Amino acid sequence: MGSYITKRLLQGVLVLFLVSLLTFFVMYFMPGDPARNMVGQGRVTEVQLEAIRNKWGLNDPWYTRYWEWISNVVTGDFGTSMSRPGMAISEMIVDAAKMTLRLNALSFVISLAIAVPVGILAAVKRYSIFDYVSMLSSTLGIAIPNYWIGLMGIVIFSVNLGWLPPYGSDSWKGYILPVIVLSIEEMAALARLTRGATIEVLGQDYVTTARAKGLSQRIVVIRHVVRNALLPVITLLGYRMAFILSGTIVIESVFAWPGLGRLFYQSITSQDLQVVQAIVLLLTALVVVMNILTDLTYAVIDPRVRVR
Amino acid sequence: MSTTPGNPTQATAIVTAGSDAARNPTMGTTSLDAEARAQRDPRAQIWRRFRQYKPAVFGLGFIVLLVVLAVFAPLITPYNPEAIETSLRGDAPSEAHWLGNDDIGRDILSRIIYGTRIALVVGLGATTIAVTIGVLVGATAGYFGGKVDFVLSRLIDTLMAFPLLALLLTLSTVFGPSLRNVVIVIGCTVWASYARVVRAEVLSLRERDFILAARAVGTTDRAIIVRHLIPNALGPVIILASLAVGGIIILESALSFLGLGVQRPTASWGTMLSDGRDYLRNYPHIAIAPGIAIALTVLAFNLVGDGLRDALDPRQKT
Repeated sequence: MGSYITKRLLQGVLVLFLVSLLTFFVMYFMPGDPARNMVGQGRVTEVQLEAIRNKWGLNDPWYTRYWEWISNVVTGDFGTSMSRPGMAISEMIVDAAKMTLRLNALSFVISLAIAVPVGILAAVKRYSIFDYVSMLSSTLGIAIPNYWIGLMGIVIFSVNLGWLPPYGSDSWKGYILPVIVLSIEEMAALARLTRGATIEVLGQDYVTTARAKGLSQRIVVIRHVVRNALLPVITLLGYRMAFILSGTIVIESVFAWPGLGRLFYQSITSQDLQVVQAIVLLLTALVVVMNILTDLTYAVIDPRVRVR
Repeated sequence: MSTTPGNPTQATAIVTAGSDAARNPTMGTTSLDAEARAQRDPRAQIWRRFRQYKPAVFGLGFIVLLVVLAVFAPLITPYNPEAIETSLRGDAPSEAHWLGNDDIGRDILSRIIYGTRIALVVGLGATTIAVTIGVLVGATAGYFGGKVDFVLSRLIDTLMAFPLLALLLTLSTVFGPSLRNVVIVIGCTVWASYARVVRAEVLSLRERDFILAARAVGTTDRAIIVRHLIPNALGPVIILASLAVGGIIILESALSFLGLGVQRPTASWGTMLSDGRDYLRNYPHIAIAPGIAIALTVLAFNLVGDGLRDALDPRQKT
């Protein structure tokens, strides 16, 4: 067990290093002149540009720049933003991450509360109308692009009915549309997964045994099925939490939500490379750490994993 | 191994058993009548099981329709998709323009039809690139093992850890947004999951007798991988790929919606949504049609994927 943990941790560190290298190089090859981007439309001489390049270390060879960057990153210092002078990148990220987390935490809670019971019920009443309808809706929920649902939500609830603001996070009403839109996709995936896992558990011998000894369907489901069926669901949750950003870039752009996704998108379009780098690195590191934790949890639960 | 349903590695046993049977048609086939032979033919069996899931047949039909629309777009479309008619700006659907006109007066129906080309080219093109890279990398890692496997596996881990849309937006900015680059960039970033599946598959296959036999008669590594291992590992890859096309079409639309995918004035559903977004108040119909087109297309591909999974791996039947 000890050697498995060490091995897995070393692999994780290696992957993190590769991630940082890859992130760095993608930015390194970004077209355009960052120095010119910084001054924007301002009239500057080549000498002044050169001074800016020297100040930001843009003329150093790649390994110097990588070392400079990574040694600061390790201490939690991502530098200051180029497009918003004086702003510490770590502060910008923390502020934005809070807004993204709020959105996602709410939609996670809502999707869990609805999708898990629906998935279990659909599996228990397999081939019933309830099963049919809930699976049809989840198939649709996966196929319809969620940002389009967001646009339609704005048309119906903001433009036509005037109930909700079309964008912004100033009042609690601004949360409603983005949270619902995010929940729809989440629920669709969760309900399908829960149903599949429950069906698999329902076919196990110990469920037959529980039934054979005369337990009612209710007790069998609550005591024996649900717990076992939730394992893969929890795995998926961990996985999706790690990928929070991918789901919210477009939604935050639609609703002008001041979160991580929008910060990322704005930084990409304004070529604020340091911010892009920082966000990608942080989120990828999060995924790597989550993966290691999942694997270790599995190793604890299932001894066979350790041997491989 | 996790108990996650839909885990493609679980699909293995049955699929490979089927293709093994195909490789060695066994005794006494001559005495069987045609129907019985058809039942034995694994391809006919797969088709029969696929047809049993009716939604998949509808999905397949819809995809065929899309292909026809994409190929014959110039003959079918009532108007030029890029022709600007300023007098018709934001006109609601009418008899002449079934889906209305967009913010600069272009015919929305014609643009939707041309948009099928982009969706299909990106969805199928990127999947082809991803499957090719993934299968080759996965088979190499699984077959050779050791250091090769270690290096390739870390590469797969690294790629899978990136938040996909963020990576795509970044790469699209680096290489410049265009249709060709969107296909390449998506294809080159989503192959890791195929590599993982094929690697696991090959790891178990390479210990089997027929590989041992191939090695014993002096078949080269290359030939073993290409002729024996990859064909036998394709089942789960096909399932995974057919279920992934829809997701890629949504990714492309999101990239184009954010302005870093297919560029204007080319008609793509994502850019059309992006056009419509600015006119939600006055001309909401501009944003409606492209969303429905994306949803139906993705739905069709997902249904076909479900059908293929049922057909290739009956154990996972929904």
